[in-house]
Amino acid sequence: MLRIVLLTALAVLMTGTAAGQESPQAFTGARIIPIEGDEIADGVLVVHQGRISAVGPAGSTDIPEGARRHDLSGKVILPGLVDTHSHIGQFEGGDASAPLQPDIRVWETINARDSRIQKAQAGGITTANIMPGSGHLLSGQTVYIKLRDGSIVDDLLIHRSDGSPAGGMKMANGTNSRRNPPFPGTRAKSAALVREQFVKAQEYRDKIRQAEGDPEKMPPRDLRMEGLVEVLEGKRVVHHHTHRHDDILTVLRLSKEFGFRVVLQHVSDAWIVADEIAAAGVASSIIVIDSPGGKIEAKDITLSNGAALEQAGALVGFHTDDGITDSRLFLRSAALAVRAGMSRQGALYGLTMAGARMLDLQDRVGTLEVGKDADFVVLSGDPLSIYSQLLQTWVEGVQVFDRDDPQDRIYAVGGYGASHDQAPEVFQLQVEATNQ
Amino acid sequence: MRIPFRAHFALIFVLLAGLPLHAQLAVQAETLHTMAGPSIQNGVVLIQQGKVAQLGPATDVGIPQGYQVLRAKVVTPGLIDAHTVVGLAGHLNQPHDQDQLERSSPVQPELRAIDAYNARERLVEYLRGYGITTIHTGHGPGALISGQTMIAKIWGEHVEEAVIKPSAMLAATLGDSARGASNKPPGTRAKMMAMLRSEFIQAQEYLRKRDNAEEGKKPARDLHREALGRVLKGEMPLMVTAQRVPELLAAIRLAKEFGFRLVLDGAAEAHMILDEIRESGYPVILHPPMMRHFGEGENATFEAAARLKAAGIPFALQSGFESYVPKTRVVLFEAAWAAANGLSFEDALASITIDAARLLGIDDRLGSLQVGKDGDLALFDGDPFEYTSHCVGVVIEGQLVSKTKN
Repeated sequence: MLRIVLLTALAVLMTGTAAGQESPQAFTGARIIPIEGDEIADGVLVVHQGRISAVGPAGSTDIPEGARRHDLSGKVILPGLVDTHSHIGQFEGGDASAPLQPDIRVWETINARDSRIQKAQAGGITTANIMPGSGHLLSGQTVYIKLRDGSIVDDLLIHRSDGSPAGGMKMANGTNSRRNPPFPGTRAKSAALVREQFVKAQEYRDKIRQAEGDPEKMPPRDLRMEGLVEVLEGKRVVHHHTHRHDDILTVLRLSKEFGFRVVLQHVSDAWIVADEIAAAGVASSIIVIDSPGGKIEAKDITLSNGAALEQAGALVGFHTDDGITDSRLFLRSAALAVRAGMSRQGALYGLTMAGARMLDLQDRVGTLEVGKDADFVVLSGDPLSIYSQLLQTWVEGVQVFDRDDPQDRIYAVGGYGASHDQAPEVFQLQVEATNQ
Repeated sequence: MRIPFRAHFALIFVLLAGLPLHAQLAVQAETLHTMAGPSIQNGVVLIQQGKVAQLGPATDVGIPQGYQVLRAKVVTPGLIDAHTVVGLAGHLNQPHDQDQLERSSPVQPELRAIDAYNARERLVEYLRGYGITTIHTGHGPGALISGQTMIAKIWGEHVEEAVIKPSAMLAATLGDSARGASNKPPGTRAKMMAMLRSEFIQAQEYLRKRDNAEEGKKPARDLHREALGRVLKGEMPLMVTAQRVPELLAAIRLAKEFGFRLVLDGAAEAHMILDEIRESGYPVILHPPMMRHFGEGENATFEAAARLKAAGIPFALQSGFESYVPKTRVVLFEAAWAAANGLSFEDALASITIDAARLLGIDDRLGSLQVGKDGDLALFDGDPFEYTSHCVGVVIEGQLVSKTKN
């Protein structure tokens, strides 16, 4: 969790190094669910310099000399959870001026001190796709973050090879993006407006290609077109809010026409068109909610969407849509999917590696494998049991949540001060006041 | 494959049609939670004429010939949702199925829940699928006094078949959602209190005139003040939905001033004034333990139920009111979350059975399995609170009303 900067600085001075980064750490005694490969009853996880350097059964997994040991006997280790659709961070996306705003970068508006980020750490989420809302056909560029301890957004970003922040593009169809002009009034108009912009983007891309690097022949820079070209070129995955079965099929149709990569988001009617989704090879990030309805498009949503997509052979992950569901209840989404027929293995994969694949981060996160980021959670028991508590969250070898620490615990369970931006300071004042 | 609602209803009807009315039913449970004593291993409940006729360990209670027999791992009394709005609020969330809130005036105690309850609403049936057999439903939060509530069994084709207490409580709200739109009163929390006090003073005056007037000189009937008068006379409590400390304290102050029964509802910050609430003697219908920690609920805690229990405050759990997605919570899931956050299994189950029945004043016939009480049961294939367990059967007054695996 967010620590008081002074204390951190002091710790660095005293040890001469950022703890957890330089010397290896070994986590022993836990049941390890690596997601890739079989569960390990008595496992050893070794992390070094933010990455996993070894994982395997006790006895046959070497623990480096001088490693800091953590006894996790009786506990369970799972990879850090990947939330493919979240609204934490107090950001803002597109405004009311246009239905498609591909120039919008949500990451520039994130408040890294939002207590909901700390609550998400308490929920075991280590990677999240922060998305602008669904009130636009295209509301802007999303950002993939690591839930590191940070005080500014730069501390949370994941960088692509060109140094830019990694993220996707948020799109939506159905009723949320239907509004007064210039927004569309019908579904057909929604699709037409999207196609119009993608056609323009194709032309813009072609002009760039024809310029063959000659600055004289390059079209003038157009931030909106640049955003869409990244989508056309597959550098930016479209995360598409969609509920009704026909809207889902429209997304598949547009994706095929323009060749953009897409992850379906919410997918309330997935059970109706699971075969079509699977045949298109498109991934679904589903939301699991307690009852159908609340809006007409979600009237037929069911807990069995995960099972339906899994049985059809489609890639299934989950998301919180925080605040629709709370990040601290993310494990529950998978557990309820299992209640409604999804396999345990598929549901755990859906919380971790499926999400990693949807965010193009499968080489860094999602499983416990050597070389991957040391992002993991420690649970008191089985991940699908309501009685299990999330005890620890680690991001890149650094502990960001410790349920035993009163400052962190308040984010896990709530209470006075848990929802303030800079709650650690507020909490500290409370402690001081109480001690007097 | 989902079965469309009408077809589903027809299916249940066919199911019931095959049984004699008030069939004799025996339910066997590996674990029977009666909520009237310790749980019974390998227990049997016999139901006759809709009522519990006999129950105990299988070694003591034989199943007579001619009984329909159901078996389950875990059996509990039918669950009670101590506060919801389903039946008035529907799943589509469109104007035509949202009857829980009338916005034309901030104080409308004359509005009756029975005049707006839709027994065929899909969410009502949905809740029953998770073992809930009784709901306290009606006018919702969002107006200073939004109207009356009722208690119903989750069955029947229309309200008369469902209702067991047509006028249960009067619903009031203190807090942001009770503010009037576009400069209409009440615009502030202080104004809310001034308006409530004024309403009850006028109701006192009305009662005085009505009860003391000579024959022929009685004041004209006033439905508005009659309803408030029923609160003043102790015939139904005022249920005040409020989350923050100032509003919770204001509600207690109001109830003491006028001497009526109060039920605190929601009460996200109750954990900050446990002593004051316990000393007031008023019970709490606590917010859903998974409520969102936003706005007036920003200081809520998952451990609220455990804290209330430890403080000795009588409480029950509720699914509450949801304005968007999901349109309703499931009180079974909410109790489960309380059980995962410090409340014991027994106390969590009590909060949606016997404690809820006591709080609602229906414990003479509901909330526990005892001879003479209603034969309402929920059947599970494991720990009812586990995510991956299922409700596998629901019985109301001896009739199997749901056998889908949820």
